[in-house]
Amino acid sequence: MSAAVEITDLVKRYAGRPAVDGISLTVPRGHLLALLGTNGAGKTTTIEICEGFRRPDGGQVRVLGLDPLRDGTVLRPKVGVMLQGGVGGYTGARALELLQLFGSYAAHPLDAAGLLAEVGLAEVAGTPVKRLSGGQQQRLSLAMALISRPELLFLDEPTTGMDPQARRGTWDLIRRLRRDGVSIVLSTHYLDEAEQLADSVVMLHAGRIVAEGSPAELIQAGSAGQVRFSGPAGLPVAELRAALPAGVQVSEPATGCYLVAGEVTPALLAGITSWCAARNVLAEGLSVERRSLEDVFLDLTRTGR
Amino acid sequence: MTVSFAPAPAAAPPLRMLAAQTRMELRLLLRNGEQVGLTLVIPLLLEFFFNLPLLYSLDVPRRIDFVVPSVLALAVMSASFTGLAIGTGFERKYAVLKRLGATALSRRVLLLGKTCAVLILQVLQAALICLFGLVLGWHPSGGTVSAAVLIVLGTFAFGGLGLLLAGTVRAEVTLAAANLAWLVLLFAGGIAIPLSRYPDAAADLLRWLPSAALSDGLHQVLEHGAGLPVRPALTLLVWAAVALPAAARWFRWE
Repeated sequence: MSAAVEITDLVKRYAGRPAVDGISLTVPRGHLLALLGTNGAGKTTTIEICEGFRRPDGGQVRVLGLDPLRDGTVLRPKVGVMLQGGVGGYTGARALELLQLFGSYAAHPLDAAGLLAEVGLAEVAGTPVKRLSGGQQQRLSLAMALISRPELLFLDEPTTGMDPQARRGTWDLIRRLRRDGVSIVLSTHYLDEAEQLADSVVMLHAGRIVAEGSPAELIQAGSAGQVRFSGPAGLPVAELRAALPAGVQVSEPATGCYLVAGEVTPALLAGITSWCAARNVLAEGLSVERRSLEDVFLDLTRTGR
Repeated sequence: MTVSFAPAPAAAPPLRMLAAQTRMELRLLLRNGEQVGLTLVIPLLLEFFFNLPLLYSLDVPRRIDFVVPSVLALAVMSASFTGLAIGTGFERKYAVLKRLGATALSRRVLLLGKTCAVLILQVLQAALICLFGLVLGWHPSGGTVSAAVLIVLGTFAFGGLGLLLAGTVRAEVTLAAANLAWLVLLFAGGIAIPLSRYPDAAADLLRWLPSAALSDGLHQVLEHGAGLPVRPALTLLVWAAVALPAAARWFRWE
């Protein structure tokens, strides 16, 4: 069976400037891929090309084995879409009414009222869409993407504008979708969202992939962590570094605060403490810190690669 | 009970989509109270004022018998061309239709649904115009069925043109062009001024406009008691058969 999404060397330019600059990625069936990146990284452009809204300037896109532009008529019924920024569709319609309309486009839709309850909007079923809050609109938008029972979902920043509770609820729902066999591509700039939900993460920066892998792999990639301690100001950091295993960086980011970044091994910790003991320095508050996806992301985007 | 999201994707049959789309479009039209009021009341006011001989002379034996078919034609043009074009143009502008473009709904069904909703509104509108005409002393001469056929054909012709406009240019351009075209067709398209007042050469050309075909056809039926007039009906049919598929072909969702 073909992959859910297969992108090869995708390029898209706006007025000559590349918004997507040579992206390749594959989403196997039943997987959840998170596209992670800041605004302008190329997430929405990539997703909208997969949805058939935009024509790529180069490269190939296959969605469920089909060409989104040429085979749109066959493809659209199989795919659920949540666009960025609000519901889309008739905002003068009532919430349940709009969901039912979207259900009527499908041969075997889910029950609209039941689905509305699933996303926590049962009480506002009769409220015009334009009077729903931003978070409620996002949840309705998610329900509209699901009602046709699609096999593949594109969720563009699904939890933007939601309160923390709605966000947790949406995460649970997305986990259930994945369990029920739906393939999902979601874009987000929330790192915890990617870490919580994704089988694999693709980090985009300025239209290029800067890192990819499972959340665990990404966190381990590069330097695995850092050790922090405090002591008297002005310790000779170069000497400390020379006493430690190769590839480790030592710095004093604030007076009396020391940071040792690198692969955290027992040997590294022993090296730090014995160096301190030899100088009669008490390394206070010595702590090993695990790098979060956020650290990885900030590193990668800060270097401007 | 929890919902299962196990995939079972397939598009609904087109006719079921069309019924649902028409119902939704009609509900939204009717929910827009002020707009419905305007759509229904403006033709009645025009009917009243055009019937006053002080505006301009028409050289017809019974003024109201000329005015009612003209106002019917005008009402069809207003609702299915100008109104539909502007409404749809702004829906496109505000990305309403973009979301629909990501569903199984085809352009063709969307555009037909919009046109059918306007058609239903127009039945109501035509009934009001005829009733008010009777109050003003109108003596209809011809068959209701023939007039209804012309109105349906006119709705699809004008609806197709309005949607073609709305689907291909910016909303602001649609707004200006739809209003301008309405005004030009009202006076130069055989509705407010009979084509017989124009020089023959001009009249021969103008008669192929959808406004002239609809107005002329309605006058032949309702004023002169003709059966279904062939040339106007065919003219409208051709306009509809060209404009609707063209709109479906070139309509852009956003």
